[in-house]
Amino acid sequence: MRSASLQIHLAFKLTTALLAVAGSVVLLLTLTRLIPGDPATVILGSRATPEAVAALNARIGLDKPLIEQVFAFFRRLFSGDLGQDVFNGRPVLGLVLGALPNTAALAISAMLCAIAFGVPLALLSARRPGGRVDRLVAFLSVGFISTPSFVVSVFLLMVFSVTLRWFPVLGAGESGDLGDQLWHLVLPTAALAAGWIGYIARLLRSSLLEMLGENHIRTLRAYGVSEAKILMKYALKPAVLPTVAVVGMGFGELLGGAVFAEVIFNRPGLGSLIYDAIRTRNYPVVQGGVFVIVLLYVLTNLIADLSQSLIDPRERARLASGRGQ
Amino acid sequence: MTALVDLSRRPGGTFALFAVTLLCLVAIAAPLIAPYGPNAIAPASRLMDPSLQHWLGTDQLGRDILSRLIFGARVALGISLSVIAISLTAGVALGVGAALSPRAVDLVIVGIFDIVTSFPSIILALALVAVFGPGLGNVVLLVSIVFIPHFGRVARAQTIAIRNSPFIEAEKVLGAETWRVILHHVTPNIIGPIFVLACMDIPVVITIEAGLSFLGLGVRPPLASWGNLLNDGYTYLDQSPWLATFSGLSLMLATLGFALLGEALRDTLDPKLRKNL
Repeated sequence: MRSASLQIHLAFKLTTALLAVAGSVVLLLTLTRLIPGDPATVILGSRATPEAVAALNARIGLDKPLIEQVFAFFRRLFSGDLGQDVFNGRPVLGLVLGALPNTAALAISAMLCAIAFGVPLALLSARRPGGRVDRLVAFLSVGFISTPSFVVSVFLLMVFSVTLRWFPVLGAGESGDLGDQLWHLVLPTAALAAGWIGYIARLLRSSLLEMLGENHIRTLRAYGVSEAKILMKYALKPAVLPTVAVVGMGFGELLGGAVFAEVIFNRPGLGSLIYDAIRTRNYPVVQGGVFVIVLLYVLTNLIADLSQSLIDPRERARLASGRGQ
Repeated sequence: MTALVDLSRRPGGTFALFAVTLLCLVAIAAPLIAPYGPNAIAPASRLMDPSLQHWLGTDQLGRDILSRLIFGARVALGISLSVIAISLTAGVALGVGAALSPRAVDLVIVGIFDIVTSFPSIILALALVAVFGPGLGNVVLLVSIVFIPHFGRVARAQTIAIRNSPFIEAEKVLGAETWRVILHHVTPNIIGPIFVLACMDIPVVITIEAGLSFLGLGVRPPLASWGNLLNDGYTYLDQSPWLATFSGLSLMLATLGFALLGEALRDTLDPKLRKNL
C-alpha cells in the first residue's frame, strides 16, 4: 500500500515535469515563429537568395506546421540531435555538452560556497534572536539577496583582479591545469553564491527558530542540555529539510543565473553560449541551449521535490497514508 | 500615516522608506536637479575623476555620471512600475478568471503558468528578447510576461480560498453579476497579498531590466539605464573605476530599498509572519 502510494506520487510528479518540458518546447518553437519578419531572412540578411532562405527555413523546420515541428524536435532529440549551428553547421548538442561542464562546475561550487557560509550564519543568528548578531545577519542577508549578481561580479573583478591583482581577470584557466581552473573559479563562484548565502541564512534561521519553539526542545532545556547541543544536534537536522528543497531548486536557478558571471568573467559555459547565439541571431543554438537549461531546471526541481518527500519522515508518513496528492 | 510609522519601526523599514523616497524624488525631479543633460557629450573631459565640476566624474564620452545616474533612476523606476502594473493587471485577471471558470479553462491557464515558470526568469527574458529584439517598449512588455504567473498564481489561490465564502454566495443569491462579484468582493479581498508581492517583485524587475541592459539586450544606448552605465563602467574598468562603482551602488540602493520595503510591508500587513521574522 505504502509503496503503491509512493509510486503514484512519483508518477504524478514525473508526469507534471514532463508536461512542463514539453510545454516549454512548444513555447520555444512558437517563439521562433513569432520573430518579426522571416527568421531565415533575419539570420542570413536581406541580401540572401530566396533559395538560401528556403533551405535555412527547411533546416530549422519552419517549413512545417508547428505540431509537426514539435514532434520532429522530440524525434531528433531522442536520436541525439538538437539541430545545427546556422553558421558553421556544427551540432548544437555538441556545443551544449561542451559548455555544460563549465556551467555545472560554477553552479556546484557556488552552491557549496553558499551552504558553507549560509549555514553558520543561520546558526549564529538563531542563537540569540533579535540580538545584535541576528540583526546584522538579517541586514546582510537581505543585502546579499537583493544585490544583483552582475553588480557583485563587476565589483569583485574591479577590486580583486584589476586593483589588487590577486585573481585572474578573465577566462576559465588552462585546460588540464586543475589548480589554475580552480583559481579562475573563485571570483565567479563568490559572485554567484552571494545571493544564495543570504537565502540559506534567512531560510534556515526561520526554520531553526520554529524548531526551537517545539515541545521536545523545551523538554531538552528542562533537562539542562546546553543550547549549543540543542541547536546543533536536535534543531538543525529537522530544520534543514526546507532548506534542502530550496537548495535543490536554487541549483537550477544558478544554471540560468550563471550567464552574467560567464559573460563578465569571459568564461565558456551554457550562459555565454546562449548570449553569443542571441547576439548573432543563431536561433537553433539559442533554442538548444535554453531547452537544456529548462530541462535541467525542471529536473533539479523534481529531484528537490522528491528528495524532500523521501527525506522527511512526516512527508513519507503522509504519502504512506494515501494523502499524497 | 499610522501604517508609515509602523513600517518605519520594522527592521530596515526606516532605511527602506528613505531609499525609496529618495529614488522617487530623484526620478520625478531629474530635469531640475541634474547638473548636466544626460547625453551632453564633452570629449575633452572623458573618464574624469570626481571633481567640483563633475561630482561623480565623467564617462568615456565625457558625459556627467551624476546626471546620467539621476536620469537612470527614471528609467529604472519607470520600467519597473510599468512592468508591475501590466503583469499585476494581467496576472490578477487571469488568476481570478481561472479560479472562477470551469475546470477545463482553469487547467489551461494553470498549464500556461507552469510552462512559463519552467524557465528561469532571466533565461525566459533572454529568450523573449532574442525573438522580439531589445528596446524600451519590448523590455517592458517581455519582462511583464515573465512576471504574469507570479501574480496569477497568488490571485488564483486567494480567489479559490474565498470563492465559496458566505458573503460571495450571498451576493450571488441576491443576483449580482459575475463582474460585480469580482470587482466589488473578490478583488478587494485578494489585493493585500498581491500588493506586497508587487513591492517584493520591484527589485527583481529592476535587476532583470538592468541585467538585460548590461548585456546590451535591454534599453538601447544612449538612454541612461543603470545597466547600460554599468556596462560602460565594466568596459573601461581598467581606466576609471568610478562609472562602474556609482552605477553599481545606485542599483544596490534601489534593489535593497525596495526589498526591505517589501519585507517591512509584508510584516506590517501580515501579523502572522511577525513572530518568525
